[in-house]
Amino acid sequence: MLEIKNLHVKLEEEDKQILKGVDLTVEAGKVHAIMGPNGSGKSTLSYVLSGRDGYEVTDGSATLGDQDLLDLEPEERAAAGLFLAFQYPVEIPGVGNMTFLRTAVNAQRKARGEEEMSAADFLKLVRERAKALKIDAEMLKRPVNVGFSGGEKKRNEILQMAMLEPRMCILDETDSGLDVDAMKLVSEGVNALRSEGRGFLVITHYQRLLDHIKPDVVHIMADGRIVKSGGPELALEVEHNGYSDILSEVA
Amino acid sequence: MALPEQKQSATDTRLAGLALPTGGWIESNRREALGRVTSMGLPQRRDEYWKYTRPDMLLDAAAPQAALLESGESPVFDEIDSLKVVFVDGVFDAEASDDLSLDNVTIERLADIGASDIHWAKSLYGELEAAGQKPVERPFAALNTAFASDGIVIHVTGRPSKPISLVYRHESESSDAIMHHLLRVESGAELTLLETGPAAARFNHCTEVDIADGGTLHHVRAQGRDHERKAVTHMFARLGQESVFKSFTLTVNGVLTRNECVIELTGDDAIAHVAGACVGDGEFHHDDTVFITHDAVNCESRQVFKKVLRNGATGVFQGKILVKAGAQKTDGYQISQSLLLDGDSQFLAKPELEIYADDVACSHGSTSGAIDEEALFYLRSRGVPESTATDLLTLAFLAEAVDEIENKQLAEDIVTRLENWLARRR
Repeated sequence: MLEIKNLHVKLEEEDKQILKGVDLTVEAGKVHAIMGPNGSGKSTLSYVLSGRDGYEVTDGSATLGDQDLLDLEPEERAAAGLFLAFQYPVEIPGVGNMTFLRTAVNAQRKARGEEEMSAADFLKLVRERAKALKIDAEMLKRPVNVGFSGGEKKRNEILQMAMLEPRMCILDETDSGLDVDAMKLVSEGVNALRSEGRGFLVITHYQRLLDHIKPDVVHIMADGRIVKSGGPELALEVEHNGYSDILSEVA
Repeated sequence: MALPEQKQSATDTRLAGLALPTGGWIESNRREALGRVTSMGLPQRRDEYWKYTRPDMLLDAAAPQAALLESGESPVFDEIDSLKVVFVDGVFDAEASDDLSLDNVTIERLADIGASDIHWAKSLYGELEAAGQKPVERPFAALNTAFASDGIVIHVTGRPSKPISLVYRHESESSDAIMHHLLRVESGAELTLLETGPAAARFNHCTEVDIADGGTLHHVRAQGRDHERKAVTHMFARLGQESVFKSFTLTVNGVLTRNECVIELTGDDAIAHVAGACVGDGEFHHDDTVFITHDAVNCESRQVFKKVLRNGATGVFQGKILVKAGAQKTDGYQISQSLLLDGDSQFLAKPELEIYADDVACSHGSTSGAIDEEALFYLRSRGVPESTATDLLTLAFLAEAVDEIENKQLAEDIVTRLENWLARRR
């Protein structure tokens, strides 16, 4: 479903190559994890896929289904079914969480030529999905992420994912800043969304998130490339031995 | 003392086109005001207080033409149950207005009060305006007191069951309106005053508000959409003990708008909040000039002004908090912010604090900025198109000022106007 081929990316502002030929395919229904040391290009990959400014693709391609992602505006990528759960969700004072969610859901529906969701249907759905993530009515009323704790912000990301029902979800270090309980809650939220038609790309530093969200494939990223891929056991290897063994092995 | 030649000639030119209404007790108040105008002279570009706003269009003898705006939009606050007082190009229209009778309040036309020998407004007409000439001169307000041809005089003795809404229609392309309103809110009384509409091609409004101990006035104003409007307004308020004055102004479009608000907190524990939201596109100049004097103990004042500017529009904010010696426990707050939607627009801010008491808390801040790129990307990554996302963030920026309106129905009506303005600019 998500197909990344020979992706080369550099920073627009400085002449610095970050991704140096990433090849990766995530099939529908599968969970892929990317692990790797700091600075390996994991987050850059997620930003480039979602269309953030500041990066220049110098070679390669990224497609979702039959759509060329790199050709689309961020909102078009979202409407095509791509979702990025941010490592640092943005606070937006003055915009209510509910207004935000409803605007997003209906904008995507409109872009896909579907009918907008009625206020009543939307409210029912959001209450139901928020409840599963232990997000109360008060949090829905507050401005987007303003005054939310780290855990609340990440739960809010998963709520957005649940409401937008994307077919390809990228989770960028969703475990960062979470305590054990919050991680469990977030993971349950993600697991509930696993389905045959949906792919996941989970970016993380640590194996512990993968105890909760069990991946089908694990990739190790280093210096802008995928250097090794394998089953869930690869994550355990990293946990026990660190990255240096793997990196020296592939060097 | 003789005025500088240029000032003298500008003042003479403007006054030449005006006739002082005669008759009744009010004539002497008017003549005193005329004396203030001639001794101060009208503002010139070089005057410090007019450094950021050129007064030229307000000085021309005749009002510069202003095209009427054809709009399918229903008037602001039309749905609000209120007593409507209608002025057309600055002239009271009895036909279009509601009957001026309402519980707990007396409403009269300015033209009618001058004739009676005894009237409560006798001492008030021009009094707060005259007091407000120090320490900074406001000659257009004195000119207003002298020459105002119409206006409304409101005496609030209790809690009227609905707001009074002043509706200003604009029907002539060259109308030049000078209107003066007086309000006296008695002890424990409470009124909501609404003002809306384009008013005239050029207008000069002056409102004097005297709030007795424990009185409350809510004021919400929506200045109409005419692009070519030129306006100068003054609001003078005197607050007694434990009184409350809350004023909000929305300004949409207008070549030149200068809104001055001059507040004197004279009784302990009084509260004054002034807020404004303005949106301007292209040939737009908007100036909020606020002067709040704390002259009593434990008073609170708050200024919240937000401006959205694009295509070369200009926003000005001059806000001052003066805390007199003895005005201990003053709580003063002031924020002025602009959202510049492009590189051509500008915001000029001059926040000032002058404090002579030692136990006070005063803070002020002023910022200018563009749309937050991080927030914009976040919204877009969720599928919200760029234009919608920009609108959402623009409304969010203005929300802090709009939130100052206590009545939610009024606030919603203001938000609708802002949404419409944004939608027209897609």
